[in-house]
Amino acid sequence: MINISEVIETNDMIQHENLDVRTITMGISLFDCMDSSLEECSTKIYDKICKKAGKLVETGEHISQSYGIPVVNKRISVTPIATVGSSACKTEEDYVKLAETLDKAAENVGVNLIGGYSAMLAKGNTEKEMIFLNSIPEALKRTSRVCSSVNVGSSRTGINMDAVRRMGDIVLETALKSHGTESLGAAKLVVFCNAPDDNPFMAGAFHGITEGESVINVGVSGPGVVKKALEAARGADFEVLCETIKRTAFKITRVGQLVAREAASMLNVPFGIVDLSLAPTPAIGDSVAEILQEIGLEYPGAPGTTAALALLNDQVKKGGVMASSYVGGLSGAFIPVSEDQGMIDAVEAGALTLEKLEAMTCVCSVGLDMIAIPGDTPAESVAGIIADEMAIGMINNKTTAVRLIPAIGKTVGDSLNFGGLFGYAPVMPVNRFSCEKFVNRGGRIPAPIHSFKN
Amino acid sequence: MQKVVITVVGKDKVGIMAKVCTYLADNGINILDISQTIVSGYFNMMMIADMGEKIAEFEKVKSELDEMGKSIGVQIRLQREEIFDMMHRI
Repeated sequence: MINISEVIETNDMIQHENLDVRTITMGISLFDCMDSSLEECSTKIYDKICKKAGKLVETGEHISQSYGIPVVNKRISVTPIATVGSSACKTEEDYVKLAETLDKAAENVGVNLIGGYSAMLAKGNTEKEMIFLNSIPEALKRTSRVCSSVNVGSSRTGINMDAVRRMGDIVLETALKSHGTESLGAAKLVVFCNAPDDNPFMAGAFHGITEGESVINVGVSGPGVVKKALEAARGADFEVLCETIKRTAFKITRVGQLVAREAASMLNVPFGIVDLSLAPTPAIGDSVAEILQEIGLEYPGAPGTTAALALLNDQVKKGGVMASSYVGGLSGAFIPVSEDQGMIDAVEAGALTLEKLEAMTCVCSVGLDMIAIPGDTPAESVAGIIADEMAIGMINNKTTAVRLIPAIGKTVGDSLNFGGLFGYAPVMPVNRFSCEKFVNRGGRIPAPIHSFKN
Repeated sequence: MQKVVITVVGKDKVGIMAKVCTYLADNGINILDISQTIVSGYFNMMMIADMGEKIAEFEKVKSELDEMGKSIGVQIRLQREEIFDMMHRI
């Protein structure tokens, strides 16, 4: 039988170390909503989301009550809209209408974010998909809950450089259109390489085309728990350090597994995956940067940071896979800047630069995340940063992503303040030398040699 | 069996156990195991109980225990046991 020290340990994690279920995300397929009439398509989408996810929020609350663990977010991901709307939408405005439908449906069922205003362009893009891309800035301006993502490359297909170049413009336009709200629109737009079909975390969540009718994916998080556990391993060697992280990751993931199974059974929807990501929030004690400091760095960005992060990410995965048969999504350590007080401090102290963050993304679970750059950064440079990050993903067979926020009218020394979960971001300098001729070449970068595994 | 874990955390004083046990008895909730310890000067008590059919009224019992805790100056939590099993048992 469970003993008192185990009970105290679990409850301490929840009450003092910010262990929580970060999100229960319901994936919903919208393939059967495709229609040649925009109105029909929109009605079908709205009805289907409301019907499928009507009890999602209530279920999350119930689970939270039963186990005494916070379920912070209840969210929805849908089939990429570029595909769903390809028959109905003839213009950018048509696609924006579908974004508004998603927004309305999300509001109706009470979720704060809905992902899937997305396009999958790893190898090429259709005419409609280009129209879709152009609609993103306006869609993110006119909605408050919709999140958008675009997959522009994969280890299997190479990188679609035409899409990368266009995304340089789209990221800037999105920031410009949401200028009045600290460019928040850009915080809801992710560019991916090797995007996973089952990621429950926003802004990059979508219900991939390989998925079934609907699915429950759960994201658990607990950087504070890992940090606390590591305090007991100060000065110990790497074996002890790794073992401590692994054990903690195992415990956290088990909670995710329990919640995912329970939610799936209550909603009568298949269980998909548990995503164990150390996802920080601006709250004190909920920081990945603090883990890196506990491992032994003065600030993230100091020499040794990439090694420390590699170790952390790998141990988190090792603990996680033992705890659940279906670990998926992005599982690992997130290193967003604005959402992690320790990262913000490191940037402000001059310890952490964009280039070091890029190196860190080679070994973390995602990529350049929530980074504010000067508003006058040329679109070509934004595309160049995206291309670099996509190349890291393609060559290393991993997911990488870029979520940059051009701070319109601001420059290095200023900051963007989003408030809430998105936090605040000091504007970071971007290398001022041009890559214009490179990103404007057109076409695609071929698939890497190790993609030929036939 | 519908196992739940009840934890009481707070400053030790006379009658905490009596109150909680009386409430559980009045509601037909069977106590299976009790243990207690002091952590950082605070009284920590844990009970494993079987709620049986009372599980249908979980949220009501939870809020009543919560209220009772407030009235005697301690924190009382009611949680389903599975979260502890999952975390600490393979």
